[in-house]
Amino acid sequence: MEFYLPIAELPVNVGLILAMSAAVGFISGMFGVGGGFLMTPLLIFVGIPPAVAVATVSPQITAASTTGALAYWRRRALDVRLGLVLLGGGIVGTLLGVLFFNAMRRVGQLELVITISYVTLLGAIGSLMFVESVRSILRRRRGRVVPPRRLPRPWYFGLPLRLRFPQSRLYMSVIPLVTLSVAIGFVGAVLGIGGGFMVVPALIYLFRIPTAVVVGTSLFQILFTMIAATILHAVTNHSVDIVLAVLLIVGSVFGAQFGARAARNIKGEQFRLLLALIVLAVAVRFIFEIGVTPADPFSVVISEIRS
Amino acid sequence: MRARLAVAAVALAPTVASAESLTVSLSHHRVQITSTYTGAELVVFGLIGRDAAGAARAGGYDIVITARGPRAATVVREKQPLGPIWINRAQVKFFDLPVTKAVLATKPLEDIAEPELRRRYRIGLDTATIPKVDASAATGREIEFRAALLRLKTSSGLYTQNERGVVFIADNVFRGNVPVPATAPLGNYEVEVALFQGGVRLAQETTNFEVTKAGFEQLVARESREQSWLYGALTAAVALMFGWIATVIFRRD
Repeated sequence: MEFYLPIAELPVNVGLILAMSAAVGFISGMFGVGGGFLMTPLLIFVGIPPAVAVATVSPQITAASTTGALAYWRRRALDVRLGLVLLGGGIVGTLLGVLFFNAMRRVGQLELVITISYVTLLGAIGSLMFVESVRSILRRRRGRVVPPRRLPRPWYFGLPLRLRFPQSRLYMSVIPLVTLSVAIGFVGAVLGIGGGFMVVPALIYLFRIPTAVVVGTSLFQILFTMIAATILHAVTNHSVDIVLAVLLIVGSVFGAQFGARAARNIKGEQFRLLLALIVLAVAVRFIFEIGVTPADPFSVVISEIRS
Repeated sequence: MRARLAVAAVALAPTVASAESLTVSLSHHRVQITSTYTGAELVVFGLIGRDAAGAARAGGYDIVITARGPRAATVVREKQPLGPIWINRAQVKFFDLPVTKAVLATKPLEDIAEPELRRRYRIGLDTATIPKVDASAATGREIEFRAALLRLKTSSGLYTQNERGVVFIADNVFRGNVPVPATAPLGNYEVEVALFQGGVRLAQETTNFEVTKAGFEQLVARESREQSWLYGALTAAVALMFGWIATVIFRRD
């Protein structure tokens, strides 16, 4: 069944979009990430204009993280205070990101910015996660169960403006937390990703936050950041397609439920290895896009229609 | 146009054979984009009027119908390697280029008119029919960019050519189906019908139609611009509601 999207201004196959978003939803439910880093490239791949894809993924991530955040909230596996600090930075970052997005769109280099950012960001994070998870799997194979090492407190914990986060058993400066969340809000708005796949490892590795509360807290922060991103994109560039958003949401919330169930049977390291592989696969796909001799080096862009 | 031709015909009837006139009608003048829109087709009907004084000529008539969509500045970019990556570097900007173009004819265009004539009347999908480019264009390679533009426009279905697209349903009555692609932009479309015989253009007539959004599509497009705060908040609210509903449904499972 074909449906004409009012903002993207083209007809899409409803079944295809639903199937695509269900698949992405499955992965997002499994790993507690919004799935934007998969959804946005897929949408661009099926022909949705990049600006509409990036803007419309925000409401989809909103819905996906509502479901997740509520589930973690019920289990109290969520550090609200930490989430609020991250959120403050996230909204500032989103605002800056949307402004940058609009500027790049005017200059006509939006696609290049999106592609290069995906390659560097996903490549770097994917590799880091990959190396880390393979190491810990090998360690476990050799039978050495690593006791949770008491690492020295990193220097940035001691910066000013320290705050206590009882639920995360943490007492640290908010400066590094806010810096992280501004950065993630920024790339999130530019690339149409929630940033869960960056927030989660950052909270675990950089801030030593217990794994139990990390996913819930990151979902909480993503939820509110993406509400802000939806509204900011709608107001500043009018690229949010509500019909496409509903299709993506319906597919992904259902997929996410099954993904969350599948995740219960996977061990921590394997879990991280899988996510690393998915992130790397997307990065490789983008490397092909800019690194391989294109089938057709030419492309056509319509700059302004005069009617 | 017709009036002028008629005057010309009266004045010159015995010597010049231009005694034909053209009457053209479109099946509809408005294409409405609704939720189920996946492209449309308009029917062009035409009647060739012959002056009684004009001698019947040997050889049949040929018709070329050209439907041009709204015009836009169009940029063709070329990717070139920069170190290990390929990025858009060279570009040529075409001003005033129709976003869509459909050419229909009774037979192959080269059998209808000479290249010179086709270029003058901008008939057909041919690099020569593309209007001029801006001064800063990559000199010398302009022709490559024109060719690329035509190739991409054709492969995306925005430019079409059908050399069997016009049929005569009677000696002097013809019909042609003008396609409107699924990704056609909103705006005014111009339909130009030209009558040829023996390589000479005898008459030309122009009409037009409009592509607009209707119903739900129009409502959403308008609200997203005019009430963008409300629209954004509503979209976010819908997202939250769906997320919440999903947890309710799946908890009772």
